[in-house]
Amino acid sequence: MSAPATRLKPRPLSPHLQIYKPIPTMVMSIAHRITGGALYFGTLIVAWWITAAAGSENYYNFVSGIIGSWLGQLILFGYTWALMFHMLGGIRHFVWDTASYMEKHTATKLAWATLIGSIVLTILIWIAVFALRSPA
Amino acid sequence: MSKSPGMRTALGRVRGLGSAREGTDHFWRQRLTAVANVPLILFFVGLVVSLNGASYAEVRETLANPLVALLTILILASALYHMKLGMQSIIEDYIHGEGLKIVLVMLNIFFPIVIGAVSLFALLKIAFGV
Repeated sequence: MSAPATRLKPRPLSPHLQIYKPIPTMVMSIAHRITGGALYFGTLIVAWWITAAAGSENYYNFVSGIIGSWLGQLILFGYTWALMFHMLGGIRHFVWDTASYMEKHTATKLAWATLIGSIVLTILIWIAVFALRSPA
Repeated sequence: MSKSPGMRTALGRVRGLGSAREGTDHFWRQRLTAVANVPLILFFVGLVVSLNGASYAEVRETLANPLVALLTILILASALYHMKLGMQSIIEDYIHGEGLKIVLVMLNIFFPIVIGAVSLFALLKIAFGV
């Protein structure tokens, strides 16, 4: 910027995120974008798993071993939550698309429902994971 | 822009399309793929959970099932298109340098296509028993 020497202060900017107190709808919105970004790169894991299944048995077992390790399972657990959270957040947007539940307090309730719902769904999925594993 | 405007006024031609000339196209495709993603991703999560602890042979047999293979191809197509749209919005919102923005927008088109092509090829290879 070639501002005149007399102007010591930069031009003021409009207030951004850090100036506001975090509120549920705002945090859910930010988390929706972050989970979306994480899921974007999560597709690498899906593609890796599918290509491994198309490859040799040895290579599939190698990949399966990494995914089945505690670190792999932890990543998949996070992946599951991000997926459920982003899905419920998307459904929340469908609801808002019909111009319903947009009033301040109902929108906040919907934000909490998204978070709680995503945790419940994630736990249910992982109960199924461990329930199916035990007989093997 | 057409040289002969015909019966349409200049305002009529641009109304609702905005400066990028695509109107609500990005939004519409984002919502369309989002609607498709919900049932498809629930199927895919169910598939992965059911294959938990399964052997190489069992996984290949399941993925070779025509319905499973088709639904997996559909979720890949819908999800990859959806995430391309989302990441484009993220890039447009936060990257302000023109050069870097163009590079990232291009990479954001290549990435889902490569992921999709690799996965599709692998799935067809399994499904056709090659």
